[in-house]
Formats: sequence, structure tokens, C-alpha cells
Amino acid sequence: MLHTVNKSPFERDSLGTCFRLARPGSEVLLIEDAVYAALAGTRFEAAVRESMTRCSIFVLKEDMEARGIDAHALIPGIGTVDYGGFVDLAVRNEAVQSWL
Amino acid sequence: MFINRRGPYGSGYAQEALEITLVGAAFDQQISLAFVDDGVFLLRVGQDTSGIAMKPYTAAYRALADFDVHRVYVERESLAARGMTERDLMAIPGEGQGPDGNLVEVVSSAELSNIIDGQDVLMNH
Amino acid sequence: MKFAVVVNEGPYQHQAANTAYHFTRSVLEKGHEVVRVFFYHDGVNNGTCLTAPPQDEPHIVNQWSRLGRVHDLDLVICVAAAQRRGIMDERESTRHELPAANLAEGFRIAGLGQLIDASIEADRLLVFGD
Repeated sequence: MLHTVNKSPFERDSLGTCFRLARPGSEVLLIEDAVYAALAGTRFEAAVRESMTRCSIFVLKEDMEARGIDAHALIPGIGTVDYGGFVDLAVRNEAVQSWL
Repeated sequence: MFINRRGPYGSGYAQEALEITLVGAAFDQQISLAFVDDGVFLLRVGQDTSGIAMKPYTAAYRALADFDVHRVYVERESLAARGMTERDLMAIPGEGQGPDGNLVEVVSSAELSNIIDGQDVLMNH
Repeated sequence: MKFAVVVNEGPYQHQAANTAYHFTRSVLEKGHEVVRVFFYHDGVNNGTCLTAPPQDEPHIVNQWSRLGRVHDLDLVICVAAAQRRGIMDERESTRHELPAANLAEGFRIAGLGQLIDASIEADRLLVFGD
């Protein structure tokens, strides 16, 4: 399953809920303000790294760039996709759950 | 599956989520409802909206079986994080997954994760 | 592959409508089909013809109308949510004895059954909201 999260972890704990309820092997895409969860050095980094042992995590490139985040600022191992890649992620997973 | 993650009255999401739930059931779809995070507050007993003059729509959950909705899941971890137990939840009469004629089934995160993974369509409200 | 898109927020206040628009466009650019774009909750506000954003900002309503026109999309505004929020076509406006209609070009107002239908027909359904 593809899980999307769109809210910053500093604002709301949708990311935590996603990590709690996403099965191992899931793909997680961070969009909109949730891209901040992918930054290295935040208080959420440990939780994100732990989830990366079970799930693949991606960040939407267009939302990263809008917020002044470049690839070097990300936690290593987080992938980036553009909107075309977002569509591809949706296609290759059976369903999509949006954690708003 | 319709996943409710917000409590009642602070926003309009849950009320409109209930409307789509009932329409989905009317279309003969196998509807599941999940209550996660603040969504567990939707089922809290003792709600009295008279002071804020809002429609107490959560009472309608008690009629879910009449609308052919029989799968109602509440995440145990969400309850515990909010200092609640099953005793704080309204009973929803009906024959379903829950015990003793109560549709409400409290499940662990791991169990709910498996249930979510088996769904064809998911909508988060 | 067939997609259904659900938009739960209005234009400007949250990024959801913007994200949904760009996602929908990308789905079409990749050669997939969009069965329906369904606007629910505050998402119905994407269907008002009365917005006049500053010239240097995207006109989100017009973007939807144009995308709908170019790709023959079914842009559906939920009637129940629309009645609560004052989005009316001529028929609804007359029915409720209201002074005006304000549905934007390319949208239609219909019931929640259209969302359920879309969820059944589509291979993938995505929700954009706050």
C-alpha cells in the first residue's frame, strides 16, 4: 500500500499514526508540509529512521523545492519523486491511504 | 473503509464522513469504519451539545447496523493515549465483529494495520 | 489505469486543492484516465465562479475548469456539502429560493452516490485534504 502524509509532524502527529499503522513493506510519500519530516537533524529523525527499516520513504520533489529543501538536507536513504513519480507510486501499489 | 481521526464538533469532517458512510452502505458496499487518534472521541459516551447548539450527530452511530454497516474498529492505542478504555465508548447494537451484540471492536494497532491493508478503498476524514 | 480524486479542501486555505490539481494533471499526462474528481467537505468551494484572486496568483477555480474542459473531466461538487457552504447551480438555487447561482464552468452538482460510484469504478482513489 502507498501511504501519503501531508502535515508537518511539528503541527500534527499524522506521520506517527502512519508509521504505527503502515504494514512493513509499505511505501510512504511525504507531500506538502510533511516534507519537513524528512529533514535531517529534527526531533523526528530517529522515528523516521526506525520506520525506514520497515518501509520505503519518499518525498515529493516539487514540495521540497517550494520549501527550500534540497536533497542534501534530507535523512539519507529517503528517495525523491516528482508528480509523475507520485502517480507511478499510486499505480504500483494496490491502494492509497492518505493520512491527513 | 472510512477512517475517522478527528473528534466531534471541532470540525465538520466526522459528520460528513458519517453521511458518506451511510451512502456507501446503501450502495451495497462492504463498509468498515475505523476510529483512530482523536476519532475515538466520536464514540465517547455522555455527549451533550445543548450548550453549543450543534447537532448531536454522533448519536446516529448507534443506528449503523440499520444501515447495514457491521464493521466498526477502534484502535486501542488511540484510546489508551487519551486515557480511555472500552467502557468510555458507546455501544453500537448489532451483530458484527465486536462482542455481545456490540458492533464496536477494539483492536490493536497491529490488528488494525492488517485490516487496513486488506481494504480496496480508503478515505481519511 | 483509472483514477478517482477526492478534494476535501477549498482553494487557497490549504494546499490540498493545489496538490490534487497537479496530481490529476500528472495522471492525465501519464496516459491514465480520471474517472471523476469529487469535491467534498470544503472542497466544494473549488466550484464557485465568484473568486477573483490577485493576477499574480493561480486562479485555482479556472484551472479546474480548464483542465475539465481540455480532458473532458467529470468535476462533481457534492450537493449536501454544497448546500451547507453556498455553492449553487441554477436548479439548486431555485429549489432553495436563493437569490443567485454561483457554480463555476465545467462543474456539476450531484450526490454522494457519485463518489461511491467513482470508488467502485476506479482502480485507485486518492484523497487530498487537510
